Amino acid sequence: MKYLGKKIITLIMTLFLVSAAAFFAFQIIPGDVVSSILGTEATPEREEALREELGLNDPPLVRYGKWAAGVLRGDLGVSYRYSRNMNEMMPVAELIGDKMPVTLWLAAFSMAMIVLVSVPLGVLWAKSSSHVLDAVLGVVTQATMAVPSFFLGILVTWLFGILLKWFAPGGYVSYQEDFRGFLGYLLFPAISIALPKIAMTARFLRNSMLTEMGADYVRTAYSKGCSRERVMYGHVLRNALMPVITFLGMIVAEIVAGSIVVEQVFGLPGIGRLLISSISTRDFPVVEILILYITFVVIFVYFLVDILYKVVDPRIS
Amino acid sequence: MRKFFHLKNIPGKKKLCGFLFTALLTMAVLGGCAGGTGESSGDNSSVESGEIPLDSGSEQESTGGTDGETSAEESASGESTAEAGQAGQETPENQYGGSIVVGIQQDIDSLDPHKATAAGTKEILFNIFEGLVKPDENGNLINAVASDYTISEDGLVYTFTLREGVKFHNGNAVTAEDVKYSLERVSGLLDGTPLISTLSVIEAVEIIDEQTVQVTVGSANTELIYSFVAAIIPAGSGEAEGADPVGTGPFSFVSYEPLKGITMTKNPDYWQEGLPYLDSVEFKIMGDGDTSLMELQGGTIDFYAYLTDSQAQALQDSHQVISSPTNMVQALFLNNAVEPLNDVRVRQAISYALDKEAINDFVAGGNGTLISSAMMPTLKEYYVDLNDTYGTAANVEKAKELMADAGYAEGFDMEIAIVSTYEFHMQTGEVIAEQLKEIGIQATIRGMDNGTWLDEVYNGRQFDATITALTCDMTPGYLMNRFQTDSKKNFINFQSPEYDEIYLKAQATLDPAEKAEYYKELQKILCDEAGSVFIQAPANMTAISKRLAGYKFYPVYVQDMSTVYIVE
Amino acid sequence: MKKKNGKKWNKYLYAGIVMTGIAVLLGVAGFFWTPYSTTAMSAAEKFSAPSLRHPFGTDNFGRDIFSRVMRGLGTTMLISSLVVFFSGLAGIFLGAVTGYFGGILDEAVMRVTDALNGFPSILLTLVIISILGSGRQNVIISMSLVFMPGFVRIVRGEFIRLRDADYIKRARMMEVGKFRILFIHILPNIFSVFWVSVMIGFNNAILAESGMSYLGIGVQPPDASLGNMLSDAQGYLQSAPWCALAPGLTIVWLVLGFSLFSEGIRRWTSAAVNFV
Repeated sequence: MKYLGKKIITLIMTLFLVSAAAFFAFQIIPGDVVSSILGTEATPEREEALREELGLNDPPLVRYGKWAAGVLRGDLGVSYRYSRNMNEMMPVAELIGDKMPVTLWLAAFSMAMIVLVSVPLGVLWAKSSSHVLDAVLGVVTQATMAVPSFFLGILVTWLFGILLKWFAPGGYVSYQEDFRGFLGYLLFPAISIALPKIAMTARFLRNSMLTEMGADYVRTAYSKGCSRERVMYGHVLRNALMPVITFLGMIVAEIVAGSIVVEQVFGLPGIGRLLISSISTRDFPVVEILILYITFVVIFVYFLVDILYKVVDPRIS
Repeated sequence: MRKFFHLKNIPGKKKLCGFLFTALLTMAVLGGCAGGTGESSGDNSSVESGEIPLDSGSEQESTGGTDGETSAEESASGESTAEAGQAGQETPENQYGGSIVVGIQQDIDSLDPHKATAAGTKEILFNIFEGLVKPDENGNLINAVASDYTISEDGLVYTFTLREGVKFHNGNAVTAEDVKYSLERVSGLLDGTPLISTLSVIEAVEIIDEQTVQVTVGSANTELIYSFVAAIIPAGSGEAEGADPVGTGPFSFVSYEPLKGITMTKNPDYWQEGLPYLDSVEFKIMGDGDTSLMELQGGTIDFYAYLTDSQAQALQDSHQVISSPTNMVQALFLNNAVEPLNDVRVRQAISYALDKEAINDFVAGGNGTLISSAMMPTLKEYYVDLNDTYGTAANVEKAKELMADAGYAEGFDMEIAIVSTYEFHMQTGEVIAEQLKEIGIQATIRGMDNGTWLDEVYNGRQFDATITALTCDMTPGYLMNRFQTDSKKNFINFQSPEYDEIYLKAQATLDPAEKAEYYKELQKILCDEAGSVFIQAPANMTAISKRLAGYKFYPVYVQDMSTVYIVE
Repeated sequence: MKKKNGKKWNKYLYAGIVMTGIAVLLGVAGFFWTPYSTTAMSAAEKFSAPSLRHPFGTDNFGRDIFSRVMRGLGTTMLISSLVVFFSGLAGIFLGAVTGYFGGILDEAVMRVTDALNGFPSILLTLVIISILGSGRQNVIISMSLVFMPGFVRIVRGEFIRLRDADYIKRARMMEVGKFRILFIHILPNIFSVFWVSVMIGFNNAILAESGMSYLGIGVQPPDASLGNMLSDAQGYLQSAPWCALAPGLTIVWLVLGFSLFSEGIRRWTSAAVNFV
């Protein structure tokens, strides 16, 4: 419990630091939200009116305070940029709530792919005594890991979209309209995210298993007459999976942050694209909440991994 | 150790949201008349049923007026227009119904027609909202919510007669109250904040009777009528809580979702008989220019404007690809206040050194129209061809001479600031940088985002050179105004007392022909002084699905879907 | 799979040296000589497919892609090396001081690096570049800042491990100067671990640099860089796929070659570092 309390305090501290850093970074970044909204046609009156409306005339600290107080009350503010109708701006919560499922499904889809492919692959690889397989997998995984994600997205589009015509690039369907079509469309973006991570995870699991296989308890188990299968799945895999869990935790965090790329390449309306367009339009309320959200996910996943670790292995304190 | 900088996840795409013509420098006023009076560019006189009913264009023939008032507008009298699309000659009978998806490059910046400033937004809202007058496809003004108007001789009083039977999308008839409210809102009479700066000269809006509204302005300006394209909206709707956009246009608003798009449905009560054809139109926001190509090919979008040259080539066989002129001027803008660009000889040298033909070939497939001053050829009344001044091909000898005269025989370093999402300008920059090497100028490109550009270049004027495009919609005065010495918008710091003087004369005159002459002189000064290097009026390449016909190109920022129908 | 003691030539090292060698050779040569100019344009040769004249074809301006790839390779490698150099140097210094002395400074540095770690580095780079502006120097500065925490953590960890080692304790008793202990006694002993992180760092720097140029915030056109070539080429994927494939596959070649090389080195020295 003490541990939990400490973690939560660290989490809050980090979120606070990140939000303050983002806020003040926005003060330094050249580019003013008012001129960004009004473009080149701003009349001084409109600039002033908008400045007042957005509360930009307050000193930065006051504005940060107001914003933070709002967030603590559960009021995430409204976007500077996106309107909901004639005269109301889109509340940030609504805006993000609408984009979130795309990113989450994409992350879940890729994560599922990573786990389902890399674990069997890693086990197979570790068990295999074939030098050919070892060499092939070694080279293939190395090569896969060397492909930057933006290039992988382009390659996937080119290969499956243009040459093979297996999917229509950009033919995204909304999850509200056609959920199956939506998942179908996510398949290729998910592949682009998952491939390098599959290679990494498989390598990692294999190395982890090989290390375990050399451990004393394995010899003991064999000498007690345990079958190879039992040793493999009962002992080695279980122990080898521990560091892999940590590793997967890191990957979750990476996927959430990294979906930014893939959303750009495939034109998905997720939070990554929202974030990038909001940065360029200086839509501060949206950027701030997105950054907080992403930071939160990353820290939270690390935290879960920590807990999981303790559950699996009580020796760790 | 593995956590170690996971920068592998760098996001993709520098073309983050649209690119190219998304026109940062789009002037607020939409519309007005290109050629000014009576100039009809329609040389194709095939009249088609359903296309611009006669009453819209012709009935404003109120010449002379009764009380010595004159009509500012002659008519295009029923003359029809060049229609785009190969199926243009078919009669669109029984072609009603169906829906299409139009790809657009940028997100909507506001659903309030008076507050929207982005050209990309206004060209779509054109389908929902109408003003008292609106532009037609020839660049003339036609009556819309007003059925007639007169302007007093001194140019200070505008009297609009409202069209009978025009209804808002909410079913209510348009009243003089609504017109008064809308005009007071945009002019700042309502709350002191003018939303459309050209209309801030309005001093009073009076309701004469149920069908007549009289507008008094503070100073006469023959171009002001073009600003009355400002949308008429129901009284009070601009301030009403949670109001959906309601106008009088051919389509009514259904829904909008950020990053996805905007959906509209047919307005069954539209005052123009027979329009629109389509039941619904969805404007879908593209991630970037590249997915749009694939979406066109995949058939998930039917229509997409502002293609790049290579996209246009790729679509040549599968789509109707049509090139139409835009009312923009693309230029290498030079900061006249910094060394060594403050020397007119250096600016002229750069003007000579650029090979505009090559630029056009490389970035616009040769479809752009080369220009040499700040006026687009589509504004025929005002445009004067000055391409002989520096030539359109490179004249390196002459340029080197001028550089040597100015004391820069060895050349110098220069930075060109460009908004990196505008690929069209970025590519132009690459070509220009290469061409400038010939005369010893080492140009580097500095890509930046729009916010930074507005801050540093446009408002801060901290730059050497920048590439962008200007537009003035249909009021050239707006474009000329920019280059006055003291203009707030004179971001290139152009200085010419002569220019300022003539500009004032141009504003003072109420004779359109005289005004046009003055504007031509202004263009000449700007060109001779090499205020900047004006390159081209880029072409707008549009891809239209072969199942569609009836689309009409406007020389202004408008995507009018009301005349589009499905042929199948 | 660890090799037994002794330094053994292996296939990884062989392949890595060949691949990296070719890349380095081309990249370095690219600064001095390329078959064609990297910027000269030719309308007549727009989008020529790969041929003997132009092994990688030409781009939308008719520029020779092979020449541009050469120059881009050099640029990418130069930037990445400088980034690793600067962030590694800063990492050694900060990591050594915080790891050895601990205390408030250590706590502060660790909180900051933790926060930076929890924060997607891409966002961080975007923000820093937004503040500094794009361009080559700013790319180096911002990437060095983003890469630094990783080095700090690793160096710090090693210093913490070694500060209580017997030989250090003895050195302290003999009143050896602090900085002598730090940099003469401890530093050489963390070299093998640090070396691995430098290799990984270099690879990540290559990916990061090309990613930033791809986003348009890195090396500015008309200068060639692998990332901005890829980004430009994406629009022509259908009609001229070689424009994208050439720079893209070059990045893969470079990264793969270097990771094979570092894997080879690892096996060669059989440093017991398990890296992925």
